[in-house]
Amino acid sequence: MSTTGQGGVQRAGAGMDLSGPVLAASALFLAGLICLPIGWIAAFAFTDRAGAPTLGNFRLLLDDPTLFEPLMTTLGLSCSVAVFAALSATPLAWLVARTDMPGRRVARVLMTASFVTPPFLGAIAWEILAAPNSGVLNRLWRDLSGAEDALFDIYSFPGLVFVISCYTAPYVFVVLTNALDRIPADLEDAAGILGAPRWRIVVGITLPLALPALLAGTAVAFLQAMTLFGSPAILAIPAGFHTVTTKIYSLFQFPPKPQIAAAAALPLLLVTIALLWLQSRILGRRGYAVVGGKGAAPRLVRLGAWRWPVFVLVFAVLALPLFLPYMALLKAAISRLPAGPFDPANMTLAHFSFVFLEFSQTRHAFANTFVLALATATAGTLLALVVAYLVARRTDLSGRALEFLAMAPIAIPGVVLGVGLFLAYTRGPVVLYGTLWILFLAFLTIELPAAFQQLRASFRGLHPELEEASRILGAGRLETLWRITAPLLKSGVIAGWCLIFIGTVRELSAAVMLSSSTTKVLSVVIFDLNEGGNLGAIAVIGVAMLLLTFAVVGFANWITGAGGGPRPQPA
Amino acid sequence: MKTIILAALAALTLGADGASAQAPAYKVTPELEAAAKREGKLVYYTSIDLKVAEDLAKAFERRYPEIKVHVERNGAERQFSKIGQEYSSRIFNVDTVNSSDAAHFIFWKREGWLAPALPEEVQRLYPAGSFDPEGFHAPMRASTSVIAYNTNLVPAAEAPRSFRDLLDPKWRGKMVKAHPGYSGTILTATYQIGRDVGWDFLEKLAGQQVMQVQSSTEPPRKVIAGERPVMADGNEYVVFLEQARGAPIAAVYPTEGTPMIIGPSGVMKNARNPNAARLFHAWSFSLEAQQLAVDVGGMRSFHPGVKEPAGRKPLSEIKLMKDDPVAVEKEVEQIKARYLRFFKT
Repeated sequence: MSTTGQGGVQRAGAGMDLSGPVLAASALFLAGLICLPIGWIAAFAFTDRAGAPTLGNFRLLLDDPTLFEPLMTTLGLSCSVAVFAALSATPLAWLVARTDMPGRRVARVLMTASFVTPPFLGAIAWEILAAPNSGVLNRLWRDLSGAEDALFDIYSFPGLVFVISCYTAPYVFVVLTNALDRIPADLEDAAGILGAPRWRIVVGITLPLALPALLAGTAVAFLQAMTLFGSPAILAIPAGFHTVTTKIYSLFQFPPKPQIAAAAALPLLLVTIALLWLQSRILGRRGYAVVGGKGAAPRLVRLGAWRWPVFVLVFAVLALPLFLPYMALLKAAISRLPAGPFDPANMTLAHFSFVFLEFSQTRHAFANTFVLALATATAGTLLALVVAYLVARRTDLSGRALEFLAMAPIAIPGVVLGVGLFLAYTRGPVVLYGTLWILFLAFLTIELPAAFQQLRASFRGLHPELEEASRILGAGRLETLWRITAPLLKSGVIAGWCLIFIGTVRELSAAVMLSSSTTKVLSVVIFDLNEGGNLGAIAVIGVAMLLLTFAVVGFANWITGAGGGPRPQPA
Repeated sequence: MKTIILAALAALTLGADGASAQAPAYKVTPELEAAAKREGKLVYYTSIDLKVAEDLAKAFERRYPEIKVHVERNGAERQFSKIGQEYSSRIFNVDTVNSSDAAHFIFWKREGWLAPALPEEVQRLYPAGSFDPEGFHAPMRASTSVIAYNTNLVPAAEAPRSFRDLLDPKWRGKMVKAHPGYSGTILTATYQIGRDVGWDFLEKLAGQQVMQVQSSTEPPRKVIAGERPVMADGNEYVVFLEQARGAPIAAVYPTEGTPMIIGPSGVMKNARNPNAARLFHAWSFSLEAQQLAVDVGGMRSFHPGVKEPAGRKPLSEIKLMKDDPVAVEKEVEQIKARYLRFFKT
């Protein structure tokens, strides 16, 4: 980095090297973003109502079955979802990435699209589909089979596992397809030349090489299941059980017990950190040494006679997170009875007129949501850009420390962050509760790692030579960043921006803790409507919300001319 | 009509000590209207069904087009937590509040969060004892929590007649009920059922695989959808509204007695739109608003001029349990803890 000094000398002022101060400021800001809420949680978890230090909250967590059972439920839920998501996503990812299945590009896009669907909306749609008695699918089943019992009860532990898996499997899928795309054909070819049958190549070569990615994706699925709030609130409570997240939320009912809520939040934090550590150990040892090398392009496995049966199977699986739920929502939007028969007598436009003409929260909630999503996406992308740049160009300890800080929020579940920010900003000196700022901080913290990962990957593909050329020609570090680096990063930046935008719109677990009546966002409005049983209004708002999201994401890609849509790259 | 409501009110003193002074009532004057129009809006927190709340707000806006009503609807208990949070952060967003848990007004009055605001019409026409003599709250609405069943799925002869009937094994897995941690109607009803039928009943009911929803407005909708043929509790007014639409649902007034729920309204002391709040508050007790609450909201009213629509069972024919907000306020934590132990959520 000898050029740093030169630039500073040659062009004092405009070209002054600001990277030191910028790095320090970013680090300080990130540290504050993370330490403040976590610090408050720790402080509350270890104090009693009077503020004296105690371990009593944790003892209560273990002794009181109404607190301990949710912990166990969540553990079982997360493990089940991780296994289920991995088992369903792995064959799909392989089929889409490594075979000549027809329609595999469409399948890939659709799988990514289900990432845009908020899990709570999916859960509500699945209520319409598979409530044991009124659910559309169960009625159909009864009519066809003449059976008395329901085919599937969505208000149950397996039901919850199923619905959460529907919306976490895409994470596994995306990580896995990215890895499978990059596995070079040489190794597979070598095995083929040595006479290994095709199935042995898949099981013996391809899958082991993709294993790190599979583990990474599965870890994300586990964490998602552990920290989701909306789906269990919608499906577990009717079935008569709590998960940790719904329990934490209920602890804020009057009289609020923030100390116990904080204590219950800590295990989530610890498990997350442990899992991420484990994952980095595994990924550190194996993995990308082979994957990512520039070998021959991957060779597609010919399915032969299996092509079309496999096609049907894949699209049947895609019906679960996408086609069926969206059909259910569209039908609910125009039906008097959401699960009623599909005939003109049951049709109505009343839900549209209610949502857009009568419901006084509609306009506020749409405005709040989109202002927040735009602000968070823009600020978050800028922050991620600066941090990723510094991390990429600083190989010393300060760079790695900054990287750690930018990735740290991934270890903080939304509901934990919600509790922390609530504790931090509902009392003095700075009261942010009741303003959009507290939601902005929460969303920024939650979404930063995804955008950072996206941009870090983009920087890695960018050789410093280009920047060095610019610096040699006399441009300062920031000018170089703006004129050389930024244009080359455009598609990464757009993808990062879209990721944050989508993530913000679908966020519920922190928003439900932090929004007040004037700062409600759409996810919270939908959650409230669900508790009052207003399914028709939910369907209208949900569909409108998705259309707007697609419109914004499409527009962002269009004006910048970037081809690639959002490519989630979780953990 | 008057006498029945009076009977129902016997216990409803809301902790007002008899000695307290009579508050001066206020009239809707041109000055109040002008001041309210200058404010131009008000924020109304209520636990009434969302559609009914918006209907009331729209009726007020038709009367006063210059004033916009922002409705914030939540379950009474959720709303109570929310107001507590907002007030402890010194956020004074709510102007006027209505809750289906009358006990909340005891708490808010004691905390000094309410302003005395007794509409003249309430003082003149509403039964003595129904409203706070100091004017901190008055009964904007009343309803009951009932058992109900889907008439397509359950023949009338087989429908449950009492709470104890719900313990019959034939209803196992066939019931839905709302949550006292969310709904004020259900918290109030749970207290009354525990007191008059017995907590052992609720403990046994919990063993019947009851589907648990949140708002008291939701069980009737689950029954109509056919998701569960019977609701163990839920509010009467949504049953009325759905019946009027021709939905297959019928209410049962249990032989042990029917929980009576009174929903008072009050004006907040720290209201940002105090005049608009008072205007709306006074209007909501007028014959026009009360008749609307009864007709399109399915409510019971304390206004003596209100006409009950035909076909609704008059309160005089219902054996009512006594609403006792003072006891509810004292026992709320215990009620919720017991409920959690029995029903697990």
